[in-house]
Amino acid sequence: MEEKGEIHLPRSIFNEMLDHCRSCRPEEACGLLAADAAGKAVAVIPVTNSLHSPVRYQMDTREQFDAMKRIRQQGWSLFAIFHSHPLSEPAPSPTDIRQAFYPEAYMIIVGLENDPAVVRGFVVEEGRVGERPLRVVADSLP
Amino acid sequence: MSVVVRIPTPLRKLTGNQGEVREEGKTVREILNGLESHYPGIRERLTDESGELRRFINIYLNEEDIRFAEGLDTTVKAGDEVSIIPAIAGGSR
Repeated sequence: MEEKGEIHLPRSIFNEMLDHCRSCRPEEACGLLAADAAGKAVAVIPVTNSLHSPVRYQMDTREQFDAMKRIRQQGWSLFAIFHSHPLSEPAPSPTDIRQAFYPEAYMIIVGLENDPAVVRGFVVEEGRVGERPLRVVADSLP
Repeated sequence: MSVVVRIPTPLRKLTGNQGEVREEGKTVREILNGLESHYPGIRERLTDESGELRRFINIYLNEEDIRFAEGLDTTVKAGDEVSIIPAIAGGSR
């Protein structure tokens, strides 16, 4: 992963993540972003919110396991964990902070309260939260 | 029975930053006992006061969630892989 400074999301990754979050409304959506060996976000892996709630999420255990295995097998790393806040601003709630067990990954929150959506990125470690500027960048040529 | 145990990032402080360790035991419970004896403090992060798995902790034996097997009494054999996987959860409220 790049230095935990600015978060760069290629346009196609950003759009795919946003589309998934919109398609799950009114429920909260969730998923993982994987990075390649160079630390560039290269894949969106949507995961079912097993709570099917507009205000809470928990990744389906099996799908989470399979997604992490896929990331490992592809030689990728866990870049970010994303979820949506369909009804509120995209800031980590006390629940988000308490249940953040993956400090190595960015926490990306997609706020769908307004149109256009507001997407923000954070680093959360042991209860401490730091926002990181999130920038959508052009897809690089294959 | 020696098995590989995958340790998630938040618990690696307790395992000297190791992401994988080897432990001996016949069941997952014995593996956790082994972990505790080598890395004191780790068990309370995984199980509650009654000794059951905490709600936000999932343990996989190879490809299977032990909750769908015999839980902590699930038997392990040499060469198995035990993965400790914190749930990914949260929400706006």
